[in-house]
Amino acid sequence: MRTIMKYVTLDLIRNKVILVYAIILAALSFSVLSIDSNSSKGLLSLLNITLLFVPIISILFATIYFFNSIEFIELLLAQPVKRTKVLLAEYTGLASALCIAYTVGIGLPLFILTPNLAAVTLLVSGLLLTLSFSALALLIFVLFKDKTKGIGAAIIVALFFTLLFDGLLLTFIYSFSDYPIDKPILGIVALNPIDLARILMLLQLDVAVLMGYSGALFKEFLGSVTGSVYAVVCMLFWIIVPLVLAKRVFRKKDL
Amino acid sequence: MIKITELTKSFGKFKALDEISLSLEKGEAISLLGPNGSGKTTLIKSILGLVIPEKGIITINGKEVSNNWGYRSQIGYMPQIGRYPDNMTIEQVINMIKEIRKEETVYDEDLIEGLGIKKIQNKTMRSLSGGTRQKVSACLAFLFSPDIFILDEPTAGLDPVSSEMLKEKIVAERNKGKLILITSHVLSDLEGITSHIVYLQDGKLIFYKTVEELQDITGELKLNKVVASLMQNQSSIQTVSI
Repeated sequence: MRTIMKYVTLDLIRNKVILVYAIILAALSFSVLSIDSNSSKGLLSLLNITLLFVPIISILFATIYFFNSIEFIELLLAQPVKRTKVLLAEYTGLASALCIAYTVGIGLPLFILTPNLAAVTLLVSGLLLTLSFSALALLIFVLFKDKTKGIGAAIIVALFFTLLFDGLLLTFIYSFSDYPIDKPILGIVALNPIDLARILMLLQLDVAVLMGYSGALFKEFLGSVTGSVYAVVCMLFWIIVPLVLAKRVFRKKDL
Repeated sequence: MIKITELTKSFGKFKALDEISLSLEKGEAISLLGPNGSGKTTLIKSILGLVIPEKGIITINGKEVSNNWGYRSQIGYMPQIGRYPDNMTIEQVINMIKEIRKEETVYDEDLIEGLGIKKIQNKTMRSLSGGTRQKVSACLAFLFSPDIFILDEPTAGLDPVSSEMLKEKIVAERNKGKLILITSHVLSDLEGITSHIVYLQDGKLIFYKTVEELQDITGELKLNKVVASLMQNQSSIQTVSI
């Protein structure tokens, strides 16, 4: 498994899309962080960039990559290796490459220009987002036979979590505003990894104004530390659950 | 060596394999023939465990294939379409497969030498032509000198020289007593390689006979004429299968 992972990562860090992704992220971080002397404003902008780009790029790139490697996966499966190992090795290889790109693009500038706890939090939440959206891509890959349908599903999933989910959450809050819905909302927020990443970061930055309703709830009910732990644990679930499901489905998949 | 009993697989309503039973032995070179969509690739993929059959049992050397992966160390597989990660070099691909099968340390590098892969081993897979990629697939299939070769359209896309070399290699392996399973639509390429013919149609096994038997039945000598006369003449297929 480690062998496959190593070679997949080696292949991908020479991939042009990954290189461009890292360079664009790096350019954005350097420019955003050097514009303003207030580092927390810069971090907020970087947070928004992360929340917008990381999920959609991770899921789209990963889905396309997995579908393009079908023939290669077949060849690997014709070797004496376990099915699920090949799948997980492909995932870890791809996820490491994306994580390296994110670390180089966002992490490096952060540690050069504003090395503090908030920077670490931003890096961690970006990496968790990368891992969970590539896990979702893996799940899409095993569920769909057709590449076009798979990419369509990936776009829908990405749009759902970046745009639609918050809209639905707002509708929910408005229509049930007469009821005590504070606690259910804490649960509902856990259904969106992007919201979790946002809250994780905002709890750290302590900009209550920008936290929005759910962020303020987190702070009030859970406090910064418990809130952060809750968010991280939920995000880990967003990595593990799709992976376990994908593994299950793949065991019976025809190639 | 390979024993298949009542293998059935359907994709939705379409029956790709319908109650196929076959017993393939050492030293045989079997051509898997049939029209497009007759289930050849599905059969091969079932043997490799890439397709999970809904019914039926496949055993290799007495060991069942399902939920097992160790048996694949006895198989060399050459896929119909070889696609590899874009930025890997040929050398990396070969090394990777070697590392995956690291229990096996004796390599058969005849084809790597013969097909001139050594000279171009630092090229990335993306820059290779379809034929060259096919050559890499062939090298990988023969690298570990397995007991069973499964070759899906091995000569398609190869230039005449390489195609001849690959055929010679296949014959050499057959003479060593290995089991070889080939699908190909280029019947002239199978001439002189194949000893048995398995004919599939609509997922059903029509016949499994030696080339000599078929030559007797059809009265033709050349393999492509034999098969053409069988394919055109449905009634003669019936007589053969009886």
